[in-house]
Amino acid sequence: MDDFLAARSQMALSLGFHIIYSCIGMVMPVFMAISHYKWIKTQDPVYKNITVAWSKGVAIFFATGAVSGTMLSFELGLLWPGFMKHAGPIFGMPFSLEGVAFFIEAIALGLFLYGWNKLNNWVHWTAGVIVGISGVASGILVVSANSWMNSPSGFDFVNGQYVNIDPVKAMFNKAWFSESLHMIIAAFSATGFAVAGIHALMIYRKKNIAFHTKAFKIAIIFGAAAAILQPFSGDLSAKNAAKRQPAKLAAMEAYFHTQEYAPLVIGGIPDTAAKKVNYGLEIPGLLSFLVHDNFKTQVNGLDKIPVKNQPPVAVTHYAFQIMVGIGVLMMLIGIIYFYELWKKKDLLSKPWFLKTFIWATPLGFIALEAGWTVTEVGRQPWIIQGVMRTSEAVTPMPGIQYSFYLFSFIYFTLSVAVIFLLKRQIQMVPELYDRKTAQP
Amino acid sequence: MLYIVILFLFAAITLYFLLGGADFGAGIIELFTSTDNKHRTRKIMYQAIGPIWEANHMWLIITVVVLFVGFPVIYSEMCIYLHIPLLVMLLGVIARGTAFSFRNYDAIKDEKTQAFYTHIFVYSSFVTPLFLGIIAGSALSGQIDPKATDFLHAYIFSWFNWFSVSVGFFTVALCGFLAAIYIVGETEDVDEIKRYIRKAKIMNIAAVICGALVFLASHFEHVHLANWIFGNPVSLVSVIAATISLVVLYLIISHRRNRQWIRVLAAFQVCMILISVGFSRFPRFVIFKDGSSMSLLSEHANSNSIDDLGIGLLVGSLFILPALGYLYYAFKKKDR
Ligand code: HDD
Ligand code: HEM
Ligand code: HEM
Repeated sequence: MDDFLAARSQMALSLGFHIIYSCIGMVMPVFMAISHYKWIKTQDPVYKNITVAWSKGVAIFFATGAVSGTMLSFELGLLWPGFMKHAGPIFGMPFSLEGVAFFIEAIALGLFLYGWNKLNNWVHWTAGVIVGISGVASGILVVSANSWMNSPSGFDFVNGQYVNIDPVKAMFNKAWFSESLHMIIAAFSATGFAVAGIHALMIYRKKNIAFHTKAFKIAIIFGAAAAILQPFSGDLSAKNAAKRQPAKLAAMEAYFHTQEYAPLVIGGIPDTAAKKVNYGLEIPGLLSFLVHDNFKTQVNGLDKIPVKNQPPVAVTHYAFQIMVGIGVLMMLIGIIYFYELWKKKDLLSKPWFLKTFIWATPLGFIALEAGWTVTEVGRQPWIIQGVMRTSEAVTPMPGIQYSFYLFSFIYFTLSVAVIFLLKRQIQMVPELYDRKTAQP
Repeated sequence: MLYIVILFLFAAITLYFLLGGADFGAGIIELFTSTDNKHRTRKIMYQAIGPIWEANHMWLIITVVVLFVGFPVIYSEMCIYLHIPLLVMLLGVIARGTAFSFRNYDAIKDEKTQAFYTHIFVYSSFVTPLFLGIIAGSALSGQIDPKATDFLHAYIFSWFNWFSVSVGFFTVALCGFLAAIYIVGETEDVDEIKRYIRKAKIMNIAAVICGALVFLASHFEHVHLANWIFGNPVSLVSVIAATISLVVLYLIISHRRNRQWIRVLAAFQVCMILISVGFSRFPRFVIFKDGSSMSLLSEHANSNSIDDLGIGLLVGSLFILPALGYLYYAFKKKDR
């Protein structure tokens, strides 16, 4: 494996790992705060037990998220020193604010996890809420940093020099809103579905039904609402990407030839050499409509982009199809859930209903990883769109593949460990949380 | 604004050393505690560091962010030539952080898995500060050679030299010392106190020995450490202050009175060591083999980025410091 490929793979692996933990770390505190609130209001011990059980899971995820995030802040420099040397001061604004948000989050989490018998109920609850707010804030901030790589702004690039730097403008680049919005909604839908799925499995196995039903409800209301909003926000993202990164959009859609009444291709196997898609389903005019709100308007294809500036088409296209396919599926499941809620049907005793949610457990996270593959691979060969190539940024140190193997091993081990711990956590629910009140 | 940013950089490094250092030290002490006492030690230590370890860890992140936003050239050069020790340190951070929280949050606390987490925790508590010290030592060692053409000289000898490694061990000893002192203030039991005081003394002696080794190594590696420190009034005063505080510390410690003072003195001592080294080379942050160096006063980012960073840090501390204070305060209170 050559060093460049190894560096890219290591970055992708680390981010792909971190994103799972950070999403859970961002969303779970919100769920916890809701169930904590319900406990303070109703004094129903089940809610306290849910809060305590979740908070132990969150502590595990938070620690894994924090260490993998620390890794990332070093890896940016270890793998891409050429990039950080120039980009650091420009897109650093969100990172420094993120540092502040993390700090507050870590402090509030300390108060929350260890404050059960020390703090007044409402102070304790507020600490939990602050964990949630600062988690979401840090998600928004870090994605603004990433969106700057897609939509560089806040500086002028003159003769290879970066001048007139304005970090605030760089932070509020053209892509920050659509990307952050889509990311936050994605975090809620993915985590909501995953948590709901696990509790659905427990209900299905008829374990601690009172406990799991209440937990399921909190998670799924957020998950389903987010899943319904997601395609709309995705449409916003696509329109935005079409404006700033036509090459990315074309690769997502495997759209080779510029034309009017541009078709939307669903599925299919792109053949880059022959510049066509085999076995895809084409809907004429729909791409024009999605991008420009008009079935006729011309959409620019890959033929407008020099070959050396084109991203890998097949990977981007497959990833995009996976994300959108799952997005539509999750939206449907979300609609079914709200329909049930509205009609006041008791579907939680119906096996087919529970099974749907059990199967949907990993879907959101698969879509999340696919979505990042679209954004990142679709930006290639640029690390800063149109300004710096990824190959110019990579570290000169040889032997990166060994570091990649090492990281693969570590992330694999950590994933196994976290799954193992969660299993034990769930296994202990009857013993720890079935009594009147759990011991935090 | 540049000076404010530099001040935050040094403050973050110092706080990471003091708070994070005590936290690493906890693991180091556990490593050197006989088996029958391990359980007690762990319990006290967990009470002491549990609630705050996440927050301690943040100082490292602040340091990195300030470096790459404010001093991107320094950051990227260090990342290139010190890639390997940085990597090892990071592995240590990962292993430590996860093992610590897994140990506490594993729902089933059976002997075997607990022992396994503990194993990882204590060894990584040793490795992480060792490599942190090596990185700091390497920045000053003058062994980083951008002109080197072969792998060994560019990426290995930049950090694998007597000076850097001895700074690494010095750091480990200081962390152990800080932790022992910190714990002395956490327990009421007279026997326990005696035991930790003994440990603190041993760690202190280890630190003094390692410190001597650092000077010895600096001689071999042609690092003019003695000249730097004794040739600069601030550094000289700090070193003297550290030495005096060591004597005072011994006096107080032997009488086992006033345990809060012991803490303050130990922290003071470590601060003085950091200040003396920091000042002796200021504003140089990284020194290269050919004698050239990267200075904080010239290799900084453009003034807009520095201003925004400074404002961000100042506003941020308005939120962070009171919150942090409240966290420490809340955990000094007894359970309701
Ligand atoms: C639960 C996860 C999830 C789901 C169900 C969807 N997405 Fe997504 N998508 C993401 C998770 C995600 C993501 C991982 O969060 C990305 C990567 C970068 C970003 O901002 O969000 C993303 C990126 C992303 C981009 C690239 C944006 C860019 O490069 O700036 C587009 C065009 C879409 N999405 C469009 C959609 C559409 C039309 C969906 C409708 C069904 C959809 N996404 C569902
Ligand atoms: C957390 C979710 C993310 C995932 C799963 C992800 C995934 C990826 C992938 C797949 C690549 C490799 C692309 C390729 O080489 O073909 C990559 C590269 C990279 N990503 Fe991301 N990314 C994420 C977020 C971010 C964020 C938030 C940033 C920075 C603020 C970022 C910075 C980078 C950099 C610097 C590279 C290497 C250069 C490049 O390939 O362009 N990523 N990431
Ligand atoms: C889309 C990508 C990302 C999102 C949404 C995200 C979000 C988060 C969140 C919410 C946390 C809090 C930890 C938790 O609650 O578990 C976190 C932790 C962290 N992240 Fe990320 N992050 C992303 C990518 C990155 C990147 C690219 C970096 C580094 C440059 C980074 C650095 C960190 C650090 C240092 C922490 C630890 C903070 C702590 O101790 O609380 N993250 N991330």
